[in-house]
Amino acid sequence: MVVVRHELKQSRVSMAAWSIAIGILIAVCVFMFPEMKEEMNGINRVFGSMGSFTDAFGMDKVNFGTFSGFYSVECGNILGLGGALFAALCAVGALAKEEKDHTAEFLLTHPVGRVRIITEKLIAVMFQIIVLNIVVYGFTIGSAAIIKEEIPWKEINLLHLAYLLLQIEIAGICFGISAFLRRGSMGIGLGVATIMYFLNLIANISESADFLKYITPFGYAEGSDIVANVSLDRTLVILGMAYGVIGIIIAYVKYSKKDIA
Amino acid sequence: MNVIETKGLTKYYGKARGIINLDLTVQEGEFFGFIGPNGAGKSTTIRTLLGLIQKSRGSARVLGKDIVSEKKAILAQVGYLPSEAVFYSGMRVKEVIKLSADLRRTNCRNEARELCDRLELDTSKRVEELSFGNRKKVAIVCALQHKPRLCILDEPTSGLDPLMQHEFFEILKERNAQGTTVFLSSHVLSEVQRNCTRAAIIREGRLIACDSVESLSRTKAKRIHIQGHVDVTELSSTRDMRQTESGIDFLYGGDINDLLAVLSKYHINDLSVSEPDLEEIFMHYYEDGGEA
Repeated sequence: MVVVRHELKQSRVSMAAWSIAIGILIAVCVFMFPEMKEEMNGINRVFGSMGSFTDAFGMDKVNFGTFSGFYSVECGNILGLGGALFAALCAVGALAKEEKDHTAEFLLTHPVGRVRIITEKLIAVMFQIIVLNIVVYGFTIGSAAIIKEEIPWKEINLLHLAYLLLQIEIAGICFGISAFLRRGSMGIGLGVATIMYFLNLIANISESADFLKYITPFGYAEGSDIVANVSLDRTLVILGMAYGVIGIIIAYVKYSKKDIA
Repeated sequence: MNVIETKGLTKYYGKARGIINLDLTVQEGEFFGFIGPNGAGKSTTIRTLLGLIQKSRGSARVLGKDIVSEKKAILAQVGYLPSEAVFYSGMRVKEVIKLSADLRRTNCRNEARELCDRLELDTSKRVEELSFGNRKKVAIVCALQHKPRLCILDEPTSGLDPLMQHEFFEILKERNAQGTTVFLSSHVLSEVQRNCTRAAIIREGRLIACDSVESLSRTKAKRIHIQGHVDVTELSSTRDMRQTESGIDFLYGGDINDLLAVLSKYHINDLSVSEPDLEEIFMHYYEDGGEA
């Protein structure tokens, strides 16, 4: 696991920065909850009558007066988008950065098979995603405990599971893209994560664009739906995981035979 | 045993030529030179042998192993020194050297320390703080610390000062004496002439000559230097004609009697006939495409 260790060492600062930044933002949101809870009736009315904006974020489906309802929309967007960006950046650079930084020649002239390199880089990406999610989960539980709010475990766990799966899917897709790139991977990673996020907003606003939920992982990670149904849409999750796995398979096929510049 | 053996090895980048039908044999224990200017196909050959790029046609074996199906086993016994050494930024020299050893699953701390001492390499520095030459030294340590059976060196001395070049070749000669095969790709011909026993010349992706350095240098073409005013334009086999302050200097590949017949018409102060150096042979191959 030399490559895994090396990858994690190289990315430890960015992993810590992203984890702590998302964690702090979520904690700040959670700390706002007691104040919002007191003004619950007014807030629900305001958030539920904002037209397309309400539809886009599913704010008419949840009760902002409950911790799970509040958390699903406010904090969900932070972890949803922030986590997706982190996963995309990690994965899209995993293979491409070796050629971009001209280190591929060093790595690939050692007796380490390309399949092993791809596998260890994938493990490193997934490990970083898991660490980020554990840290953020810790921030959520910790901040909820500080405001002495009873934690709706099932909803919170489902929400975090959905975001974890979302990040894994995006990482899988971006990992596949990474195998084709030689430079400039960051913009593509940010683009993939942002497009996926906006596709879901469009799907929420327009019924005719509902099919987009079958494309974007934000479809099954829609916080308001998860809290309202207390479950994940299995079809969308399976479809999403399939997209991720396809991305990973493409990475193996392409990178195993790629000419290294 | 053939350490490197290619048969019809061909590589195209799309429609662009890399190498064409390369038949090359390097025997165990040789100090082999691979000569050609930039873009001739030297690096393409090396990168194909190391599995960095896929061959288009032909076959190649390194250390008796197929470059496609037994790549990992080949790389375990090869030390590769790239023309431009680049490492992961943020790492210290000792971390890069250790990473290289770890990737090889070997402990070569003592060997690495000795190489660092001989090359006067400060292992506590970060790689981004290093000059081009010092980065090259790191690459040399990474290429040699595991005592490979075959060293593949791509333009190894670029960036090294003359003293370090000398030390580097001393290390290579010691390794060669211990049985290591050295494959030296270079366009510095004097380097090949001084150190290699055999050499191949590559031109526009094709191998145009492969022989001992001595044989490659031994050609019927002679370097003629004349002091005095003469006109040799009637001679057909002259090239690389240079007017000097006191006379004329050229490479002559024709009948020596024809030359003497022409020279006898003039009063000359001095005449010297010498073997051309490898550089001149090389230019000859490049201008005419063969047969010195």
